Amino acid sequence: MKSKKINIKKSTLTTLITIAGIIVAYIIMNTLSNGGFLSYKMQGLLVPICAYAILAVSLNLVVGLLGELSLGHAGFLYVGAYTGAIFTNITADMISNDLVRFILGMVVGGVFAAIFGLIIGSAVLKLQGDYLAIVTLAFGEIIRSVLGNVLYISKDSSGLHFDVNDGSTLNPQDMIAKGAQGITVQRLSTFLIGIILLILTVLIVMNLSDSRAGRAIKAVRDNKIATEAVGISVSKYRLMAFTISAALAGVAGVYYAHNFATLTGTKFDFNFSINILVMVVLGGMGNIPGSIIAAIILTILPEEIRFLGNYRMVIYAVVLIVMMIFSWNPKCIEFRKVVSAKIKSVFKKKNKEVQ
Amino acid sequence: MKKFTRVAAGLLAVALAATMAAGCSKQGSGSKDSDKFYIGGIGPTTGGAAVYGNAVKNAAQIAVDEINEAGGINGYKIEYKFEDDEHNAEKSVNAYNSLKDWGMQILMGTVTTDPCKAVVAESGNDNMFQLTPSASSTDVIKGKNVFQVCFTDPNQGTASAKYIGEHKLASKVAVIYDSSDVYSSGIYENFAAEAKNQGFEIATAQTFTSDAKSEFSVQVKACVDSGADLIFLPIYYQEASLIIKEANDEGAKVTFFGCDGLDGLLSVDGFDKKLAEGVMLLTPFSADSTEERTAAFVKNYKEKYNDTPNQFAADAYDAIYIIKAAIEKADVKPSQSVSEIGDALEKAITELTYEGITGKGMTWSESGEVNKDPMAVVIKNGVYVSAE
Repeated sequence: MKSKKINIKKSTLTTLITIAGIIVAYIIMNTLSNGGFLSYKMQGLLVPICAYAILAVSLNLVVGLLGELSLGHAGFLYVGAYTGAIFTNITADMISNDLVRFILGMVVGGVFAAIFGLIIGSAVLKLQGDYLAIVTLAFGEIIRSVLGNVLYISKDSSGLHFDVNDGSTLNPQDMIAKGAQGITVQRLSTFLIGIILLILTVLIVMNLSDSRAGRAIKAVRDNKIATEAVGISVSKYRLMAFTISAALAGVAGVYYAHNFATLTGTKFDFNFSINILVMVVLGGMGNIPGSIIAAIILTILPEEIRFLGNYRMVIYAVVLIVMMIFSWNPKCIEFRKVVSAKIKSVFKKKNKEVQ
Repeated sequence: MKKFTRVAAGLLAVALAATMAAGCSKQGSGSKDSDKFYIGGIGPTTGGAAVYGNAVKNAAQIAVDEINEAGGINGYKIEYKFEDDEHNAEKSVNAYNSLKDWGMQILMGTVTTDPCKAVVAESGNDNMFQLTPSASSTDVIKGKNVFQVCFTDPNQGTASAKYIGEHKLASKVAVIYDSSDVYSSGIYENFAAEAKNQGFEIATAQTFTSDAKSEFSVQVKACVDSGADLIFLPIYYQEASLIIKEANDEGAKVTFFGCDGLDGLLSVDGFDKKLAEGVMLLTPFSADSTEERTAAFVKNYKEKYNDTPNQFAADAYDAIYIIKAAIEKADVKPSQSVSEIGDALEKAITELTYEGITGKGMTWSESGEVNKDPMAVVIKNGVYVSAE
């Protein structure tokens, strides 16, 4: 047999395989959907799955690559969603092309989330471990409480009007953001846009992790003191990972928000952050394809077990525990290795017999 | 690293297979019976708002059972299924899509406002007839396919302000409302707007959010300090019970006035009912009513679910009967498409006059808003008495 040795870096190969997997998944789902073989439920889940996958990948940047626990991811998501939704609302009569407006909205959401990430990151990244987790949790809640309650915005021919009391000074007909009652959002998100965003996110994160900056970030994760001693600026690279992660979450937020007619803050509480963290942990820290798969499974699972009625969430939790143990318990990993080795040896024997 | 790549690729393949398998359940329902109406319901049966979702689920079940026992609608039986949305817009849309897979033709839901807004966008695309028992914001009835059983928030806020103004209940009013809740802030906004026309002053408006609703001493103190003689509570009864207790501890001599959310106040565990004496509320339904149908419904509900039905339950019970009345009026058949049924029912409901347990002579405008009279009641000796 000819040896098939192509000179591709292993990390590049992983990226390519992941992206190929995403594209294949898209083609299959799209064909099924067009052929009418896809249930309404699955069709409705396609956009959220993409959004969650992007979120999980972006959080993996902080949790996996930087090795810090962030519980405020929903906060950045919400900043992006909020600013993006306001942008698409304000420009509704200025930019007639929905797609252009949506893409600009995503840029705006991403930029704002990055700014928030930068500000919060520079304040909290002096902390580590549990402390950082607690502070990010607090910041996430602050963002949600403030954005989701305070601001009333209306727009008429003379421009934008703001109110931070109860919106009674504004004309209810022109109201864009209504404090706690949220923002009414136009539906612009499609599965295709989600897939493109997901591919871009994967490219960004995987390229980053394989770049000089990525290696610096990983070095910070593994040994901070040694890294500092080599002359790498620890705070710079930590802030970099944190900000990029926030920006990606912001873009995902804009995409997520434009799939539902309404955007309110109550949804993006810390349970939401935990949910994304669960996806990252289940998929494996630092494992990008794993995050995507976990996001897919954890979004579909609660919907597929609806027939269980009120026991649904109990079963969901049990399944989650079983999955965690099976994927990441050292004993289970050992067991899996033994089993796969046995299977392989059986196949090899067969092959030999054939030969 | 090579191994990792392989594992990753393998996992991806597995996930793909799983999605495909999950996706292969066919569109619409194959097992659908063409001589049954498929009515779906959506609401929170788990989580923080589960009280309301379960009330709606149970009450609608009672109505469906009654109708099926009596021979159905024009001879067609009802098939009824209720899905949980955890009071979450995203889950609510998922629930809607699940119900569509099940074969839903008419939607009775959703129970809470915020998820309802998201579902309305979907049901509008399908032109599915949707009747919400309790989502009270005007945002939910923007589509032509959606109708309400309950009052809209503006309606309640304005009606409350008018009632207080016309009956000269107070000259200075304090308000405590939940700024994170669409229902509560919606009522407040319209109350405040109407107050200007009614010649009383809003001395102070205190807020809380759903994250901090177990302690109200700050808000109550501010209300007492403002010198108000009436505190308006456009909120739900659990929080109201705490506020009333707090005000009593402060020794405040004020009247409390609320909307339909206060219904249920008398059934709060550990709440001294004596404190509720003199509380006034606008509600379309009272579980203590001696009216024949209401009494029968309350008795039935208590027997089946061991609980006193609240206003949400009553709205849901009415909702199913309203759907029945509309189907009879439009004379639609289950074999017709969702959109055809939708068109027919949307027309029929505006021509309907319905006598229910949450209001007499209910009619609907094309906008989807219900027209019924709110009833003001005052709590005397632990029961609702008409305030007139």
